[in-house]
Amino acid sequence: MALDRRLVYHFDWTLFMMTLGLAGVGLLSVLSASWGAPKHALDPLVVRQLVWIGVGTALMAAAAIFDYRALAAYAYPLYVVTVGLLAAVMVAGHVTGGSRRWLNLGVIRLEPSELAKLALVLVMVRYLREEPPRGGWSFRQMIIPALLLGVPLALVLKQPDLGTGIILALVTATLVFVGGLNGRVLLAAMLAAALAAPVGWHYLKPYQKERLVSFLNPQSDPLGAGYHIIQSEIAIGAGGAWGKGFLKGTQARLNFLPEQTTDFIFSVFAEEFGFAGSILLMALYAGVIARGIWIARHARDRFGQLLAVGFTAIVFWQVAINIGMASGVLPVVGIPLPLVSYGGSSLIAMMAAMGVMISINTRRYLF
Amino acid sequence: MARWRYYRGKKVRAIPRIELRVTILSTLIALVLAVVSVRLYYLQIIRHKEFVELADRNRIRIHRQPALRGLVFDVHHRPLVDTRPSFEAVVVPEDVRNARQTISRLGGYLGENNIAAKLAQAEDDDRPPFDPVTVEEHLDWQQVVSLETHQLQLPGVSLEVMPQRHYIYGSLGAHLLGYVGEVAEGDLRHTNDYRMGDEIGKFGLERVFESELRGQAGGQEIEVDSVGRRLKLLREIPEIPGQSVVLSLDLDVQQAAEQAMGNRSGALVAIDPNTGYIIAMVSHPAFDPNIFANGITPVQWRALTTDPQHPLANRAIQGIYPPGSTFKLVDAIAALEDRTLTPETTYYCPGGLWYGNRVYHCWRKQGHGTLSVHRAIVGSCDVFFYQVGIHLGIDRLAQWAHLLGLGEKSGIELDNERAGLMPSSRWKEQRFHQRWYPAETLSVAIGQGYVAATPLQMALVAAEIANGGARYKPQFVKAAEALDGSVVRSFPPILERRIPFDPSVLEIVRSAMCDVVNGVGGTGHAAHLDNVVVCGKTGTSQVVKEAGNARIPENKEPLKYRDHGWFVAYAPRDHPQIAIACVIEHGGHGGSSAGPVVHDVLQKFFALYPPPGSQPSIPVTGAPQAMPSPAPQRPPPGSIAARQD
Repeated sequence: MALDRRLVYHFDWTLFMMTLGLAGVGLLSVLSASWGAPKHALDPLVVRQLVWIGVGTALMAAAAIFDYRALAAYAYPLYVVTVGLLAAVMVAGHVTGGSRRWLNLGVIRLEPSELAKLALVLVMVRYLREEPPRGGWSFRQMIIPALLLGVPLALVLKQPDLGTGIILALVTATLVFVGGLNGRVLLAAMLAAALAAPVGWHYLKPYQKERLVSFLNPQSDPLGAGYHIIQSEIAIGAGGAWGKGFLKGTQARLNFLPEQTTDFIFSVFAEEFGFAGSILLMALYAGVIARGIWIARHARDRFGQLLAVGFTAIVFWQVAINIGMASGVLPVVGIPLPLVSYGGSSLIAMMAAMGVMISINTRRYLF
Repeated sequence: MARWRYYRGKKVRAIPRIELRVTILSTLIALVLAVVSVRLYYLQIIRHKEFVELADRNRIRIHRQPALRGLVFDVHHRPLVDTRPSFEAVVVPEDVRNARQTISRLGGYLGENNIAAKLAQAEDDDRPPFDPVTVEEHLDWQQVVSLETHQLQLPGVSLEVMPQRHYIYGSLGAHLLGYVGEVAEGDLRHTNDYRMGDEIGKFGLERVFESELRGQAGGQEIEVDSVGRRLKLLREIPEIPGQSVVLSLDLDVQQAAEQAMGNRSGALVAIDPNTGYIIAMVSHPAFDPNIFANGITPVQWRALTTDPQHPLANRAIQGIYPPGSTFKLVDAIAALEDRTLTPETTYYCPGGLWYGNRVYHCWRKQGHGTLSVHRAIVGSCDVFFYQVGIHLGIDRLAQWAHLLGLGEKSGIELDNERAGLMPSSRWKEQRFHQRWYPAETLSVAIGQGYVAATPLQMALVAAEIANGGARYKPQFVKAAEALDGSVVRSFPPILERRIPFDPSVLEIVRSAMCDVVNGVGGTGHAAHLDNVVVCGKTGTSQVVKEAGNARIPENKEPLKYRDHGWFVAYAPRDHPQIAIACVIEHGGHGGSSAGPVVHDVLQKFFALYPPPGSQPSIPVTGAPQAMPSPAPQRPPPGSIAARQD
């Protein structure tokens, strides 16, 4: 297929560069987090992350060129494959840290729940791209989206991976809201969610309950469940205005931070680069999110609009919950910082999503 | 959101517009990101300092290195107390290969069977496996050797050297030197310089001069990771060794005194009358301060504290005894100064004095006849001093006694000094709400009754007579020195007051004291030296107050009812160099119990420090020299009575 010159001309370099910038911050932070004592050497982790950034960049470029409208046709097959992978995790998943999240595919380990985020957005948008009826989507029309969410959500929670589950639910909610849910149904749903919270508590795993309790009062058990929150706050706070400097953060280097290459990567970054660095990172995310919203507003079709909203929502919710958790305003749940946390599945999936967004933005001139 | 629209004339809900909902979503997003940013500002800017401290506390462990405690020297820089290496057996659980085998072998070599328990305790305390556990302290040489030779069979076991306080001469001067022990929780509350396990002076010099001896602990700041493994040395603070303390004590004199006292209970204080420096201070029974440095066992501690002889008490400053006839020196000074007694005044001693409605006996049943103050001191006549007391009155006596330092603390820098007691009518009024009975003055006049003094106080009285009335603060430390021998702080003599003695009064007392030791009929011949003129006064204080009027024959009463023997002395007569007080508990009369002790100490002292210009040896003759009073005297009794006082 011949490349349309307009694709190059209208290519969204802003989003592309911001995405690469975030991936770069991630690489530095992963390097720093894995620099830890006593080895002081480049960890293979960093090399792997670099490779994934390369793969991700290629995928992002490919997705940018690919006409996103064609994705509608792949939405349901992709969804089915993803659910299949999630089910496979249940059966043959690799267990780490008490939960079953990875599929060992020989050379690489795949985390299907990262793919599930994209697949769910795609299938949800595919359903919602129809104009809603007058008055908005009714309750009955929301049964199918609920089922579409419910299957992967149940599988993810079973792993257990509360973080991904929350993201799936929040992204679906965002899409349904923007996609035109009836105002009354929206209010009823919010009310129902509030009422369901105590019931949901009942179904939480003990460690998840523990985390929630320790979040409300971290000092109640400073060496136990509250430890993560306290150590993370110490790392962020110790960074101060300008940070301790690259590779000079002690909280990460001496392993006081938990999950420092993944869930708590922000604390590593904030300790070494301070408030200045944190705000810069926040600005970068705000830029990506604002760009996503802008793309949604200017997309030529409803499918493109909602797709941009969906992917932007993934970025936003993950950033908000991850940094909120690291800085102690939200309870600890395992959610990666998009494009920054170590992990191939998450990184590549996010870069692919950004590529789709670029594709949407570029194609508003093509038809 | 839904807006009402008209469609085909009907009022219907509009299709929710994406644009509007995206705007709502954007607002929500902006709000959330703003909240997170504010939170970051709060953590990183507002609470920054607090978190930096927490991060440092996370990663920095301080390994304290207590400073080497200062040494203690005698006046000639001979060490009395030093610090020696003490060995500990230490186990690093992580490095032990076969725990059961190691424990059983180690137990065999050390002769200990609680090693497993100590290791289990360390594990219970959640100490990380790389943290060394001390399983046995204060190893003896045998244990050290057997651990050293079997090192290869005991992986994970090592010897650690700890400094331990060592009192070179054991119990010598124990009450003055004191002892050290592990810092108590109570001490920790007062100061933040100490940590659990530190050594602290608990008693005597070790306690009083703690701040000089201790030095300043140094240490290492070590970076550790989250499990506490040591990674690198961040900073090393060198410890500042404690200052050494140079005493005024003379080891040879002290040894002579300890030896002369033997195993009898009592105390001796030797002081330089020209400076107030303590030359020797003995309190018996004593204890070995080394047992405290070794970590005293509860059994040892109980034995020390429940011993009826109170070996932990420093009798030189805490023991208060009736001064007996040594107090007659105070009587004589007070009365002569007060002019109620003149050198010419004579009283007749028939062997007792009828006063009130009873007889007050003289120790010499046949009496001393008519005699003046000189002979009264030499022969220690009780009746003479009963008369002196009656004419002087208790309050004027007390006034002079207080001037001499009785009934008040000397101010020596040791804890638990007691003031003793010098009664007066006002004291009795306050204490018992009773008036003073003149008959009570009679008891006080011969150093009995309420009056009580410490050996140190009596040594100071002797020093004041010797030096013409200079009251020096008694001190036992001359200087504190740094490690290189430079003097950090010196302790010059402190003249506290000058007692306004009339020189002629002093001369009378001095010449009488000279004859006590050297004259015919003197009670203190035991302290006589051939080459130095010694002046002294004996004393015998009754333990049982007026145990009937009939005295039980010497050496037949049970020990605890036997009298305390006193001897106070100074020498040489001209330009005195040393003043001594000695008390031997239940030693019987002073001339024969304390006198020989004082003799030995003086002999040793003058062997070391011969008086300037050879002193003519004074043979024991009757004629008192330089006696200002030409008062006629009765010839002295032919023989010295069996029981002299």
